[in-house]
Amino acid sequence: MFGPTLINHKNERIQKRVQFLFGVMLFFLIVPVVLIVGTLLVKGSGIISWSFLFHDPTNGMTEGGIFPALFGTIWLVTVSLLASVPLGVAAAIYLSEYAPDNLLTRLIQLATINLAGVPSIVHALFGVGAFVVFFRFGTSILAASLTLAIMTLPVVIVSSWESLQSVPRSFREACWNMGATRWQTIWHVVLPNAFTGILTGVILQVSRAAGETAPIMFTGAAMFLPFLPSSVFDQTMALALHLFVVTTQVPNVPESLPYGVALVLVGIVLLMNSVAIWIRMRLRRKKKW
Amino acid sequence: MEPGDATRLDARDSRWYIDKGFEIVMFLCGISAIVFVVGIFLFVFREGLGFILHDMDVGEFFFSPKWRPTSLHHPTYGILAMVAGTAAVTVLAMAICLPFSIGAAIYIAEFATGRTRETLKILIEFLAAIPSVVWGFIALSIMNPLIITLFDVPMGLGVLNSALILALMAAPIVTSIAEDAFKAVPDSYREAAEALGATRWQTIYKVVLPAARNGLLSAGLLGVGRGFGETMAVLMASGHSINLPTSVFDSFRALTATIAAELGETPVGSSHYQSLFAIGIFLFFITFIINMTADFVVRGVRKG
Repeated sequence: MFGPTLINHKNERIQKRVQFLFGVMLFFLIVPVVLIVGTLLVKGSGIISWSFLFHDPTNGMTEGGIFPALFGTIWLVTVSLLASVPLGVAAAIYLSEYAPDNLLTRLIQLATINLAGVPSIVHALFGVGAFVVFFRFGTSILAASLTLAIMTLPVVIVSSWESLQSVPRSFREACWNMGATRWQTIWHVVLPNAFTGILTGVILQVSRAAGETAPIMFTGAAMFLPFLPSSVFDQTMALALHLFVVTTQVPNVPESLPYGVALVLVGIVLLMNSVAIWIRMRLRRKKKW
Repeated sequence: MEPGDATRLDARDSRWYIDKGFEIVMFLCGISAIVFVVGIFLFVFREGLGFILHDMDVGEFFFSPKWRPTSLHHPTYGILAMVAGTAAVTVLAMAICLPFSIGAAIYIAEFATGRTRETLKILIEFLAAIPSVVWGFIALSIMNPLIITLFDVPMGLGVLNSALILALMAAPIVTSIAEDAFKAVPDSYREAAEALGATRWQTIYKVVLPAARNGLLSAGLLGVGRGFGETMAVLMASGHSINLPTSVFDSFRALTATIAAELGETPVGSSHYQSLFAIGIFLFFITFIINMTADFVVRGVRKG
């Protein structure tokens, strides 16, 4: 009496086809990742060697290594993290632990969304107008890193907020009942429990900051420098900008060079993302609440 | 309880001051996002103000396709060609990106389970992680020769190349927001539909998709915002010549790319320099409106 009818069979056929179609669509989004990484590996891995990573570019950047760019990216990312992580985590603490449900909080959320949506080149213009010109930092690591810090701030705020929110309210209540103040509760109970989640966000931010080009190209990153930066007031080369330069600005670059630079950049970024994913999965397995 | 105990408990000791102090510091950091958004507007506006007051002819700025800021006799500052180019590419990119992303999101949210779903999400996350300058490099070194051979055209840089790259760049964002929109549809809706004998696809088509409508709209809007704001990839993929594109193989120039290509070559404070900041203000407003609308659309659905 309740056996499958002809309509059921037809529906099932449609269902199977549709599922297959969506699977194919997803496949088309995933194939490029594999193809890109594959192509970079095939064409770029040949050039990568100890001397490529740790020597200066020579002969008008058509030969030699990428060390100053690698070194500069580490500088830029480190300084930008020093600025954005404390600020972003504190902002997340305010939003998660203190903020009442009012208009100001809503405005902060809207501003965070907007900060993430402002085009990177507008961030660059802001960096030039504010840090380079107005605060007189000149084109320097400091100006470029602060621009990067503001640009990546929403990443830290959102990911820290999420991990703070995932700490159960009962943990806080237990602590308050012991007579602890709000700050003591945050410092001794909430933050330690949210630490791994916040760390994941910071690692993702490293990945994001290392790959950005537009915000740093007018604020502190130079196309070529004959010396390494020694303070935050120096200019520096950067890996992402170096890829742009060897691809578009320098004539007679051997084909493998830009592939090598791209491979190193993508390698760093995907490595960071993998570490973040690994931590997140471990955390999920360990969590008991 | 002795009288006076209450006052002792209420005493403002050092602990109280530390607590209050940290609360104030957290509050100041909390409002930093507002400070920065306002700061971005003010500083970009401040640099572009001279141009807006003295050199800008509103009609020319928005309706002339001639961008010749370096002309000695008669510099013109028209952004129409760039707006048209950016809009054309964004529309084409979304036309490619939306069906694939929403299809992928449906697969991840409604069909895939367990380990498969996690792996797929990680791969999509990897797609999102690829820096924009690397996409530009791919546009130049892989897509460009590919388009030339496939379509037998003299140049592979232009609208099609940029749109494909942008579609891939926007896909992870659109996919993950669309997936969130599907997840936000209560399971009870699906259960009700399946209890009536609907297949999984009928449930998705008749119940889940309409319920997630606003979330999908917002995903599309954020994709558009991304398209308008993307800089390095479009700079490298567009061919960067100013014209009103008439075919998908035409070269064009994006608003963002113009700033990126010319800011380094203009003396600080010149009209040309200031006009680039004026473009920046325009971009700021466009993305501001898009992001606010997207947020509003999503919130509307949660309340309703």
